[in-house]
Amino acid sequence: MPKDQVANPPSEESPLEVVSPQRLMWWKFRRHKPAVFSGILLLLAYVGSVFAGFFAPYDPLSRGRNLYMPPNPPRIIDSEGKLRAPFVYGMTMSRDLNTLRPIYTVNTDEIYPLHFLVRGDEYKIGLHGVPLNALRPLHIRLDVRLFGAAGAPVNFFGTDQLGRDLYSRLIYGAQISLSIGLASVFLSLALGLILGGISGLYGGWVDSLIQRVIEAIIAIPSIPLWMGLAAAIPRDWDPVQQYFAILIVLSLISWTSTARVARGRFLAVREQDFVMAARLYGCSQWRIITRHLIPSIMSYVIVNITLAVPRIILAETALSFLGIGLNPPTISWGVLLQAAQDNLVVHFYPWMWIGPALCVIVAVLAFNFVGDGARDAADPFAS
Amino acid sequence: MTAYVIRRFLQMIVIMLIVSIVAFIVIQLPPGDFVDAYVTTISGGETFTQETIDALRAQFGLDEPFLIQYVKWISNVLRGNYGVSFQHQRTVADLLGERLPLTLAITLPTAVLVYLIAIPIGIYSALNQYSLLDYLFSFVGFIGLAIPNFLFAIILLYIGSQYFDANVAGLFSPEYELAPWSFGKFLDLLSNLWIPVIVVGTAGTAGTIRVMRGMMLDEMRQPYVETARAKGLSEARLIFKYPVRVAISPVLSTIGFVLPALISGTAIVAIVLNLPTTGPLLLNALLAQDMLLAGSMILFLSLLTVIGTFVSDLLLIWADPRIQFE
Repeated sequence: MPKDQVANPPSEESPLEVVSPQRLMWWKFRRHKPAVFSGILLLLAYVGSVFAGFFAPYDPLSRGRNLYMPPNPPRIIDSEGKLRAPFVYGMTMSRDLNTLRPIYTVNTDEIYPLHFLVRGDEYKIGLHGVPLNALRPLHIRLDVRLFGAAGAPVNFFGTDQLGRDLYSRLIYGAQISLSIGLASVFLSLALGLILGGISGLYGGWVDSLIQRVIEAIIAIPSIPLWMGLAAAIPRDWDPVQQYFAILIVLSLISWTSTARVARGRFLAVREQDFVMAARLYGCSQWRIITRHLIPSIMSYVIVNITLAVPRIILAETALSFLGIGLNPPTISWGVLLQAAQDNLVVHFYPWMWIGPALCVIVAVLAFNFVGDGARDAADPFAS
Repeated sequence: MTAYVIRRFLQMIVIMLIVSIVAFIVIQLPPGDFVDAYVTTISGGETFTQETIDALRAQFGLDEPFLIQYVKWISNVLRGNYGVSFQHQRTVADLLGERLPLTLAITLPTAVLVYLIAIPIGIYSALNQYSLLDYLFSFVGFIGLAIPNFLFAIILLYIGSQYFDANVAGLFSPEYELAPWSFGKFLDLLSNLWIPVIVVGTAGTAGTIRVMRGMMLDEMRQPYVETARAKGLSEARLIFKYPVRVAISPVLSTIGFVLPALISGTAIVAIVLNLPTTGPLLLNALLAQDMLLAGSMILFLSLLTVIGTFVSDLLLIWADPRIQFE
């Protein structure tokens, strides 16, 4: 910056502004377009999953008459090319006489207009299958749903072997899949910060021991270890117990990377002048840790969170897919993917696994973009 | 040099010790013990007297405290006695000898391919930043990271059957499935190997490209590159003599993470593609709570990665002599 520009006193029109580092990071993050877009997408997904009952046309467990029905998307242009209000076509079922598999054909004569804010099945707001006591006051019974059609089932993404609406199931699955990712990252973050912090602050044999344990856990291939721990969860536990057990299993392994980062940062930061100044000023060890060290590694922590969530989501999906993670009646994207264990479903009813597969891929991509944006924003040297 | 190698070797032993404790905890975790599972699975209609059950417990040392059980187990393992899989009625050593080589047959070529493909692409992307191919590789890389291995396998199964009428599952053609090992069977294995190798290797390749590209971009901004260019070195000579050699060392050291990820990936992909490796065996052992088999398998898969990492450390010293002084 040229000297005279700095020396100029701030005029009335453009007063010199003091911008906090957090602010600077936010500005930098906003410039990363894919990250901002992904962030908005994820925010919508979380809000949508909390109000799943409103956005889903059906209860995820209610069975319809149409089994194995392919996707029947909403349309605004009819078969004659005319633009009209959103509607769905009716579907006619017949059977393949050799294999007895149902065959559905779109019936362009039957047009069912979509109605918005209609009364449907009763639902509650909160996590499906995981009634958190703290959320109890929110358990208001409601029956207004975003859309529905009179006289015909609305199955945008098709139905499964019991005629349940896959679109509704995907929305309810997001509740578990998205929340388990965040919750378990926070748990592993707590573990990682505490153990990594102890390791970095005290050094010596404590440090060596924690480091060796971390190296050992990293050396064990994670999926076999996750499988081993998850298989120990009794299968007769109720969904809530299973959910928390899986959450703990996922965190028990994933804290190691956070601990490594935390240790490295603590080692680097504790030698810095401001820590020495705080110590000379007579601050207690606790105050130095909580007021000086932790804030100074916060940006690294945020980046770590956004990059760790997709790993947990993938792990939950893999475990549930294998049948040793979450199990029905709990609904998660991984549980929905269990359908793909059946060769017939893979080949003849692909919509049953393509839907949850796309959800997982999009969620993981979005978290990765946000993580990349956050990393660039937190790095003061990145251009 | 020797001191460094010895230190790394001792660290490796300590890590294996901790790994063995973790594996033993996994064996112990399920409610009930080995004998309970044995009695309920094997007995069928036959009833065991309490005396037989107690005798079995005493034989396996199950009525003793955790630490003593662990010592008994580990001293057996060190002598090569891994116990019996009650589910298969065969020794664990036997089953592992059958499955582990096939896991290696998938993992090792994949590890080599990951680096052979990722390093040149990483260099190219860094030298041609923001070019069309760079964007393409970045895009493919992101997708590769986002698609879980097993989903990728399912997608290949679907595409194979839907459009090519081919079955991509399995490691051997039907005629070689049960045949004894021969040169023909070996060639057949090679012809079927590429699908699991692609499925397992994609994520690792994508990750390694990103690391290599980032390292190269950092190095290309260094003043020594400018100096070399000013002195009139040809561009190709300059790049391969200096920045590539500096950038490649941290990339090679990622093998400590890549190898466990590959073995992990092989386990779950093998279940989807029905490959006769350790993956399906482990899953079945866990579902049947055949814990001696499951624990030994976790122990051996970890041993593979620890040895792999140790070997890569030695290679790194050779590639970058500064490391041993750290």
